Order: sequence, then C-alpha cells, then structure tokens
Amino acid sequence: MLADLIESLAKIVFIFTVNVGVFAPILGWVERKQSAVMQDRIGANRADILGFTAIGLFHSLADAVKLLTKEDFVPANANKFFHTLAPFIALVPAISAFAIIPFGGRYELFGREINLVIADLDVGILYVFALAGLATYGTVLAGWSSRSNWSLLGGLRASAQMLSYEVAMGLSIIGIIIVYGSLRLTDIGAAQENFFRWGIFLQPVGFIIYMTCAIAENKRIPFDIPEAESELVAGYFTEYSGMKFVMFWMAEFLEMVTISAIVTTLFFGAWHIPFVTDAMLLSWFSGFAGPNGAAALAMAVNIAVFFAKVSFFIWLQMTIRWTLPRFRYDQVMRMCWKMLLPLSLINLSITGLVVLLL
Amino acid sequence: MNPYVPVLIMLFLAAATAAGMIAATTWIGPKKKFADKMEPFECGESPIVNPKQRFSVKFYLVALFFVIFDIETVFVYPWAVLFRELNWFGFVEMMIFIFILAVGLIYVWRRGALEWD
Repeated sequence: MLADLIESLAKIVFIFTVNVGVFAPILGWVERKQSAVMQDRIGANRADILGFTAIGLFHSLADAVKLLTKEDFVPANANKFFHTLAPFIALVPAISAFAIIPFGGRYELFGREINLVIADLDVGILYVFALAGLATYGTVLAGWSSRSNWSLLGGLRASAQMLSYEVAMGLSIIGIIIVYGSLRLTDIGAAQENFFRWGIFLQPVGFIIYMTCAIAENKRIPFDIPEAESELVAGYFTEYSGMKFVMFWMAEFLEMVTISAIVTTLFFGAWHIPFVTDAMLLSWFSGFAGPNGAAALAMAVNIAVFFAKVSFFIWLQMTIRWTLPRFRYDQVMRMCWKMLLPLSLINLSITGLVVLLL
Repeated sequence: MNPYVPVLIMLFLAAATAAGMIAATTWIGPKKKFADKMEPFECGESPIVNPKQRFSVKFYLVALFFVIFDIETVFVYPWAVLFRELNWFGFVEMMIFIFILAVGLIYVWRRGALEWD
C-alpha cells in the first residue's frame, strides 16, 4: 500500500516536472524560434544572463518574471468571480489529463512490477475526453465574464467550435477501440509491439480526423478563430493579463503535449521502437547489466522513445501552425459537420465490417 | 490501491498550481486603478455597444446538435469495446442506430441548419 503510494507519487512528480517544468516553458521559446526559422528571421536570442544567451532559452525565464510582476487587470463591469475562475478551469484539466497516458511499459524491478502510467483506469481515453470537455467551460466563461465585445465574440465562437469538434473527435478513435478492443491506453500501447500493428497502418483515416479535431479543439491555427488576433484582438482572453493570461497560454501548450501523447499512444506504437520488442530490449541489456539493470535501462529507453515521438508531434503541430492561414468560421463549421463527422461514421462502419470479415 | 487515488492527487496538484498562480498574480504586481483603465478593451475608445446583446440562434442550434450526436458517441463507445463479443448481431444493431442518426444529420443538413452566412 505504502509502496504503491510512493510509486505513484514518483510517477506524478516525474510527469508534473516534465510537463509543467520542462514542456510548458520551453515550448513558448520553441514556438518563437520555429516561427523565426520558418520566416527566415533570427528570433528570440536577446535575453542573456552575464552574457550567456543559451540560444535564447532565457526568454522563458524573462517572460515568467515579466508576467509575474504585471498588474492583474479585471475590467470594471466584469464578473470578478468567474473572471478569476475561467483560467483555473482552463489549466486544471490541461495539467491532469496526462494522468492516464502510459509513458512506458511494464517492468520487473527488484521483484516489483512497475507500470509506467499514473493511473491505469479502465475508462482510459474517456477520461481525457471528459477533461477536454471541461476545458470548454474555461474558454466560454472567460469570454462571457469579461463583459467585452471582443471576448464575448471569441467565447461564442469557441463554444460552437469546441462542441462541434468534440463529437467528431470522439467518433474518430472508435476504429482504434474496435481494432484493439480496449479503452485502456496501456492495453492499446502494448498491442502495438509489432510495427505492422501500429494504429497508423490500421486506422490512417482515424489518425487524420483525430489530429484535425484535436488541433481544432485546442483552438490553434488554422482553427484559431476564437482568438483571431486580426479580428478579435485576442478573442476570449483579451481582458486577461499577468499570470492569468499565462494560464490560458500554458493550458494551450499542455494540451498540445497531451494531444501529441495520445496520438503517439493510439497511432504510433506508444513506447515501442519499430521492429524491437520489449523482450529483445531486455535481453540485449541483460547481457551486461543484470536483470534489474536491464529493466531500468529498458525503462529509460522506452521513456526516451515515447517523449521523442511526443516531441515530433509537437513539432508537427507547430509546423502546421506556422504554415497554414486561418480558416473562415463557416469553413471551420462546415468542415466539422459536413466532412469530418460523416467521414468518421463511415470510417467506423468500414472498420467494423473489415474486422468481422477478416 | 484504488486507481483513482493517483488521479485525485494529480487533480489536487493541478488545482494547487493553478490557485498558486492566481494568488501570485493577485499579490505581486502594481495596483493602480482609474476609471478609464478599467474599461474593457476597445482600442482606446469607450465601448458604445453593450456586450449583453442578443446573438445568433445558430449557436443554440449547434449546442442542440452537440447533445444529440455526443450522446450517440457515448452509446458507440461500449459497443466498440465489446465489438468482438457482440459480433454480427452488435454490428447490425449499431448500423441501424447509426443509420437513424445519419438520417437526422441529412435532415438537418438539407434544412440548411449547418449553413453559416
């Protein structure tokens, strides 16, 4: 009991450090740097400590200090309670959604089985969707409670867009669940040990629908009409400043990490290296490291592989963000209801038929 | 150990982080209030339109469609998990269910409720 608690606390601290301590601040810098590279600029490289610039990495630190010392602004007519509650509701699901995502397999370490997931829930992926649904409240409340025209329009657009894409997103991964027969992400990850059983080969259409819906759900370009700087100033978070603004911004980056992790787990073999099974990895390492050392090394390799894949999909989302222009609102809604929803229904019907016939 | 205990710890940690950030931004930082500053952002002008106005009925329609089709999704999930056990019986039943909802979608589509203009 106590050992279980210590183990899960260790995993929580690890994931919390990686997400909130590493990904969230670094991604802000990565996004600026990538936009600079793609637009042929030099980019964020000015912040320095005693002359060391560390290729601009100190900008995250500078941003944190600057935003922490900014005035916390609440408009005079705003509903102060909901105005404060909105970033809270936006950030909490974004941080805790990672709890059910496995970042490694199962290992036998000193006679104790370690399952590298914070909570191996039987509802699995539904937990993520439930929390993604909660994030809608944060956005809509932020837009409504600010009592500003820009914010209200942004909140309205966000409500319709996020609700619509949630439906198509939920249906897009039904194919994966049919194929692997489980909602548990650990089961789905373990089923992809064989390279040719990866989700992307079995459900290519599902992957495209899921990725599109997830980016739309996260309100990033090309689906950033709730924020649309050129139309709505900053959309639903126009009236936010200081750390409350950072919370929306952090929620967006953490959702990006979560989306990448889900895509990795469902479609790209989770923690597996192509053509290398867990048993092969263990037998290679046990030659020189002994059984416990081999398990620890395999664990480290699998975690590294998992986060390398996650980083790749974060890069992909950032590339999409700096490549495509923003869609019009009617285009966004048409794409969801008239293309993605029928397509995901057809995809799940055909998947079911093929699985039964084979 | 109950698998939901780590989830609760994670939620608590997330809530503590978020609350800490809100508390930090409320305590640190200057507080200089004057009437012009406290107005909502309108490019320096005073707002002439009250945001508490009516908005398009389309948004309510989208909310209604969401309820219908999200409930459909909820019914499809358990079927997908038990797909191999239910076999052809489950497949045919689910196709009938999806067909009925597809008719609804086509109806909504043909009536122009999905058009934005």
